[in-house]
Amino acid sequence: MAQAVSAQRVAAESNFSEAARQALYAGLISFGLFVLFIGLRTDQNIRNELILVQRWGTLAIVVLLTMAGRFLFVAFAQPAIAARAAARAKATAVAAEPGALRKNGTKLAILALFLYPIFILWAVGLQGSLKWVDNFGIQILIYVMLAWGLNIVVGLAGLLDLGYVAFYAVGAYSYALLGTELGWSFWILLPAAGIMAAFWGVILGFPVLRLRGDYLAIVTLAFGEIIRLVLINWREVTNGSAGISGIPKVDFFGLFDFNVSSDIYFGKVFGLAASGAYYKIFLYYLIVLLCLLTAFVTIRLRRMPVGRAWEALREDEIACRSLGINTTTTKLTAFAIGAMFGGFAGSFFAARQGFVSPESFVFLESAIILAIVVLGGMGSLMGIAIAALVMIGGTEILREMTFLKQVFGQDFTPELYRMLLFGLAMIIVMVWKPRGFVGSREPTAFLHQRKAISAAFTKEGHG
Amino acid sequence: MAAQPLLDVRGIETYYGNIRALNSVDVTVDQGEIVALIGANGAGKSTLMMTIFGSPRARTGTITFAGTDITNLPTHEIARLRIAQSPEGRRIFPRMTVMENLQMGASLDNLKYYDEDVEKVFHLFPRLKERIAQRGGTLSGGEQQMLSIGRALMARPKLLLLDEPSLGLAPLIVKQIFDAIRELNRTQGLTVFLVEQNAFGALKLANRGYVMVNGRVTMSGTGKELLADPEVRAAYLEGGRH
Repeated sequence: MAQAVSAQRVAAESNFSEAARQALYAGLISFGLFVLFIGLRTDQNIRNELILVQRWGTLAIVVLLTMAGRFLFVAFAQPAIAARAAARAKATAVAAEPGALRKNGTKLAILALFLYPIFILWAVGLQGSLKWVDNFGIQILIYVMLAWGLNIVVGLAGLLDLGYVAFYAVGAYSYALLGTELGWSFWILLPAAGIMAAFWGVILGFPVLRLRGDYLAIVTLAFGEIIRLVLINWREVTNGSAGISGIPKVDFFGLFDFNVSSDIYFGKVFGLAASGAYYKIFLYYLIVLLCLLTAFVTIRLRRMPVGRAWEALREDEIACRSLGINTTTTKLTAFAIGAMFGGFAGSFFAARQGFVSPESFVFLESAIILAIVVLGGMGSLMGIAIAALVMIGGTEILREMTFLKQVFGQDFTPELYRMLLFGLAMIIVMVWKPRGFVGSREPTAFLHQRKAISAAFTKEGHG
Repeated sequence: MAAQPLLDVRGIETYYGNIRALNSVDVTVDQGEIVALIGANGAGKSTLMMTIFGSPRARTGTITFAGTDITNLPTHEIARLRIAQSPEGRRIFPRMTVMENLQMGASLDNLKYYDEDVEKVFHLFPRLKERIAQRGGTLSGGEQQMLSIGRALMARPKLLLLDEPSLGLAPLIVKQIFDAIRELNRTQGLTVFLVEQNAFGALKLANRGYVMVNGRVTMSGTGKELLADPEVRAAYLEGGRH
C-alpha cells in the first residue's frame, strides 16, 4: 500500500519534471519562432521612415502562454488521456451502474437553475445581478428552448430544417403586433403565438413532404429567408427594418406588473425600491418554466406512438410506411410541434427585448440553433442543454474578456471571435464524439432492467 | 380451392419512367398457402412486391386483397389491411432497440396485443430475446432478418410478404428462417408470399411457385413440379445448389 502510494508520487514527480523540461523547450522554440514575427515590427513614422517597433511584452506573453500550455498538456492532459485509454480497454460492453451524481443529475440541474438568481443576488446584489441573470441566464435558456424545439424536428424526426428561425420570428411578431395593436396580455398571446407558429409549420410542411435530406434543407432555408424578407418589406404591418418597439411587458397574471409608473408595480406592491432587475428575474423564472415544459412534452411524446413514429421515420421512411404509419401526418406533427416551441420562444423573446426587428431573425440564428442541436447530440436533451451553455455562455464570456485588449491592442474586440469559438468547438466535438456530447440514444422501452449501450458500439447507417 | 384468392394480382404493369419493369403479371395467393416467386437479378421480383404495397404504383391492372381493391391505396392504408412486409434489405430501425423495433410493428393496434405477440415472436426466434435491449444496427445479418420478420408478424398479418429473406445469410441461418416460416404456416395458417433468388430452398418450402423472367411470369406450378422441371433446373438450380 505504502509502496504503491510512493510509486504514484514518484510517477507524478517525474511527470512534473518532464513537463517542466518540455515546457522549457517549447518556450525556446516559440521564442525562436516569434522573436521576429511578434517581438519586432516594422512601422512608418510621421516622416515616412521605416522604424523598428519593439514589443517584448507581447512576445513574453506569447512565449509564457506556450510554455504554460505545454506544461499543462504534458503534466495533466497526457496522463489523463493515457489513463482513459487504459480504462476503456478494461471496460466491458455494458456500462457500469451510473453513479449517484449521474442518476440525480437532472434533478440537481433543475434545482441549480432555480437557485441561480438567488445565488447571484447574494453574490453581486440587485443591480449587479442584471448582467448575470439576463446575459448568462435568459440568453442561454432561450437558446436551450429553441434548440429543444428544433430537436423535435431534426433530432427526433430526422428532418433537416435550416429555417427554424422563421417560426421564432412568427412567434415574436405575433406577440409584438397583437400586443401593441390590441393590448392583449402575454398569457393569451403566448399560446396564440405558439398556434400561429405551428400553423406556419404545417404550411411549410405540406410542400416539403416528399423531400428529404439536402433538398429539404434547401427549401427550409428558403422558407426562413422568405419570412424575413416579408417582415422587411411589408412595411404597413411590420414597420419594415425599423422594427416594432414598445412591446408590452409580461405581467404576473394581473396581480402585479413591471412598469414603474403602474399602480401595481412589483416594487410598490412589495414595498421595494424600483429596479429593472425584478423584471429580469421574473423573466428568468418564466423561461425556466417554458424550457421545462418543452423538455417535459418532448420526453412524454417520445414514449407515445407519435414520438416513436418520429424516431422510426428518422431511421427508415419506407419501413415506416410498410408498418402502416402515415408518414404525412407524422412529418406534419413534427413540423407543427417543433414550430410551436419556436413560437413560444419567439413571443418570450419579444416580451424580453420590448423591441423586434427582422435583424434578429437572420440565417445565422438558424445555423447557431442547429449547431447546438448537432453538437449536443441529436435527440439528447441534456447534451443540447450543455451545448447551449457552452456555446452561448462562451460567446457572452468572450464579451467579458476585456483584459485581452491589453495583449492584442485596444482595437481588439473579443466578441468578434465567437464564430471561431463555434468552429473550434464543432471540430473538437466532431473529432472526439462524432455523435455529439451525448451521442447515445436513450431507449424508450424497457423489459426488466435498463442496459446502457454506448454509441461507440453502434454504427451509422442501415443494416 | 377457395372461391376467391386472398391476394389477386391481375394484368399488372409497372413502369420506372419509361422502362417497363412488370409486363402483365398475374399472380394469385390463396388463404393458407406459401407461394414463392423465383427469378434472376432484375427480373422484377422486388418490383412486384413493392407494387403490391403501392410504391411504385401499377399503371394498369388491379390488385385485390381479401375482396378490397388496393391498387390505388396509399402504402400505409394497404398495411392497415394486415398485409405485412419484411422488405428487401430488411430495413429494421438501426438506432432503436430490438424491443422498440417490435413495438413499431405493433403500432397498428396501438400495442394492444403486444405482450402476447412478442412472446410468440420470441418463441419463433429465441435469439431475439437474448438481444432484446440491443440496437437493431448492432445485430448480425441473420438476427436482423429475424427481427424484420418478427416486426412484420407483430402487426398480426393476414398475408406476409417476404423479400429475399435468405439474402446474404449463412446456410444454417437460412435453414432456421425457412423452418420458422414453415412453422408459422403450419401452426397458425399464415399465408406467405416470398420472393427468392435461392430457388431450391424457396421451392422446397412453397406449395406453389412462379418463375419470373424480364418482368413476365413465364412459368407456374406446385413447388415440386417446378423443382422437377428441366428448364427451371437448368436456369436456377444446376448452376450451384444453394
